[in-house]
Amino acid sequence: MEAEKLIEKILEIVPEAQLEENKQFPTFLVPSGKFKSLAVKLKEEKELDFDYLFCLTGVDWGTEVGVVYHFTSSFLNHSVELKVKTENRENPEFDTVADLWKAAEFFEREVWDLFGIRFTGHPDMRRIFLEENWVGYPMRKDYTDEVNIVEL
Amino acid sequence: MKEIINLPVQSIEEEEYHINMGPQHPSTHGVLRLVVTLQGETVKKVQPHCGYIHRGIEKMCEKDTYQQIIHLTDRMDYLSAHINNHAVCLLVEGALEVEVPERVKYIRTIIDELNRIASHQLWWCSFGMDLGGLTCFFYGLRDRERILDIFEESFGSRLLHSYYTPGGLMQDIHPNFQKRTKDFIKYFRKKIKDYDRILSGNVIFENRSKGIGVMSKEVAINYGVTGPSGRASGWVCDIRKKFPYGVYDKVDFKEVFRTDGDTYGRYMARLDEMRESMKIIEQLIDNIPEGDYSAKMKPIIKLPAGEYYQRVESARGELGIYCISDGNKTPVRFKFRTPSFVNLGVLDKISRDMKIADLVAIGASLDLVIPDIDR
Amino acid sequence: MAFNIYDFTSFNQSIDEALYEWLPPFWALIVEMTIIGLVFLLAYAIVGLLLVYAERKVCAFMQNRIGPNRVGPYGIFQTIADFIKLLMKELVYIKNSDKLLFNIAPFIVIIASFMAIAAIPFAKGLHAIDFDIGIMYVVAVSSLGVVGVLLAGWSSNNKYSLIGAMRSGAQIISYELSVGLSLLTIIVLAGSMQFSQVVEMQSTGWFIFKGHIPAVIAFIVFLIASTAETNRGPFDLAEAESELTAGFHTEYSGIKFAFFFLAEYMNMFIVASIAATVFLGGWMPFHISGLEGFNHVMDFIPPFVWYIGKTAFIIWLMMLFKWTFPRLRIDQLLNLEWKYLLPINLVNILIMAFIVLMGWHF
Repeated sequence: MEAEKLIEKILEIVPEAQLEENKQFPTFLVPSGKFKSLAVKLKEEKELDFDYLFCLTGVDWGTEVGVVYHFTSSFLNHSVELKVKTENRENPEFDTVADLWKAAEFFEREVWDLFGIRFTGHPDMRRIFLEENWVGYPMRKDYTDEVNIVEL
Repeated sequence: MKEIINLPVQSIEEEEYHINMGPQHPSTHGVLRLVVTLQGETVKKVQPHCGYIHRGIEKMCEKDTYQQIIHLTDRMDYLSAHINNHAVCLLVEGALEVEVPERVKYIRTIIDELNRIASHQLWWCSFGMDLGGLTCFFYGLRDRERILDIFEESFGSRLLHSYYTPGGLMQDIHPNFQKRTKDFIKYFRKKIKDYDRILSGNVIFENRSKGIGVMSKEVAINYGVTGPSGRASGWVCDIRKKFPYGVYDKVDFKEVFRTDGDTYGRYMARLDEMRESMKIIEQLIDNIPEGDYSAKMKPIIKLPAGEYYQRVESARGELGIYCISDGNKTPVRFKFRTPSFVNLGVLDKISRDMKIADLVAIGASLDLVIPDIDR
Repeated sequence: MAFNIYDFTSFNQSIDEALYEWLPPFWALIVEMTIIGLVFLLAYAIVGLLLVYAERKVCAFMQNRIGPNRVGPYGIFQTIADFIKLLMKELVYIKNSDKLLFNIAPFIVIIASFMAIAAIPFAKGLHAIDFDIGIMYVVAVSSLGVVGVLLAGWSSNNKYSLIGAMRSGAQIISYELSVGLSLLTIIVLAGSMQFSQVVEMQSTGWFIFKGHIPAVIAFIVFLIASTAETNRGPFDLAEAESELTAGFHTEYSGIKFAFFFLAEYMNMFIVASIAATVFLGGWMPFHISGLEGFNHVMDFIPPFVWYIGKTAFIIWLMMLFKWTFPRLRIDQLLNLEWKYLLPINLVNILIMAFIVLMGWHF
């Protein structure tokens, strides 16, 4: 499907999504409440058929934290990028997509481990790289550690 | 019993017991800990515990310039180090819209394919060793030494080279490079027949790998398993064909694609990939155009503000780099989508109801490199 | 004392008479037993050392490298250095293991292989005990080794050792059937279980040629089954390093581990000796009935050399198996025995019995 039709289709499903211009893939900033329903539609609609989640990134933009999802369809060969952000840095929470794309299980555990973003509904929400009793989320911009990080 | 406390709530049935294939184990190919729940000899659940070699590469990338990041990417998947470097170089060159000379593209493609052959050779020898055919280890390494000698002459080191830089190469290739590569191709074409004779046709090996760890195409796509493991299940996902970079659009090679999806299929897919790589090198090695070995780049590289995603086909699958830049000389976020991290997720699913000896074979056939998982 | 290299019987008799002349009969017997025991201990140790060295060299040549070549010329003192190292290692004791069983297990394995080697003829007259049920004695006694293996796994108080010992026990017990039945085929051909008679009857031709098709099938089945019984080669799942880190002897260190290690190589030697004796003629040179001149030329080589040559050939074959093939899984191993080797064996015995009755052998 061409990019314009894809953009139209997604704006139809979630009118509150904001399109970002001039990016490599059609990119949308989606409000976190509407994200799960959009994800379900992306996977199940015949014309969209996004069955391959190829990247799930946690990002700390300074004031906001959020997650960036990249989807592609192996059959129809189109890709889309979705972002969800939140200002709540104490207890950020989003809905999981691990029930739709199993690749997300490990990705979301990594985001919880390094950014502190919880995913409700994840089958196994615990840290993946660091120990269970680690305090803090290392990839955040405001993380300090006198022992392990050397500031030059 | 600390690991029991860490496990999610599950019911442990009668006669089930946990075994730890700990971080030091001859056949987990690195520091990966697998907690395996067994009932007799049958595997019921596999839980990987990673993080033993987590070095925080992504956090370090936020403080380093783009030329310094190249050196970090070497150490992630050290068996296909050049391909990792290539991804970062392509990302920077694509963002700055720099045109690299043709010579650079040819050399980069040839070296990538040599690296792919070397990585698959190491995979083959450790796969044979895990199954008990200890001689395979020496045959694979003996042939890999030839490639490492070529690398040492041109780049100065055997394993981690950091030879590509954004804009081109660090220095030109050695004058002997083309001749030695051609000799190697001739030598290896004979030797790869030995690989088939010692392992592929062996009835014991076929019984240990056919029907073991079957992964269907839907499972492969849903779990995101790319690379030879995914292509053996019937999913056509070769980045070199779909989004060509370097000179892959100018060479004629077949995308290796099988439908069986079991350990034997993944094994044969990698052997066939080695042959295809040799075909690519043969087509390119005599036609390297003259020219500069690097384009003119500023000493301090600043990417324009925005987001960039670059994907390459590493020896294990799709390596993706997602970079968010705000115009400074260090990125805001540099994320590596490494193939081994994603391929590890499917280990639990395909090892259900297999024997513990099969778990070793399946783990070896997925070709996991642990520093790639942990970064 | 007449020392005839072709026939040791007169040598033995002269020592025997000399002892009975000087000492009362009871003490003469004790001294004789001690001499034979010491000779066997020495031979056991030397053959063990040689076999370990041979394995490392054969393995190295197959893997395109040289093998030990530093300790002594061509590395021949390497095994001695290894055993000195093993002797000097600290013996690690486990807190919660069953002390008695833990300590006895390696001795049981060594004793079983020791008892088996006593019944095998090395040359004409060089034969410790000549039972008239020789072949069955050897098979029965070598199956005592299973007890040692199971005890080792159980008393180590370790999940991995137990799994390894259970696998090994199941494997050894299953393959003993095939070993016994394939030897039974030759007993049917020979008509006797006594080792010296079996060898004497091969003076007109080795059994593998005399009993053509069923003997060849029995030889192949015996080779496979005996490789499995000694936990070697493609059947070494019990000590598969890449899966369960050394299996039933994980917890043993120092001299006890050396016992298990030595017993494995000596078992291989015993099994190769039996194959050489029963199928390939033991110490009997290669005779073709009818060609007297050829037979006289063959007789020129001493029987001891024939015996060592044949055993070495079979040991070399078993080493080739180990370093070429990948391992079988435990259920595939047991499948092979119960579904394939056992029926083939039974049918083979019937064919051999039929051939003997009809006189269709050479």
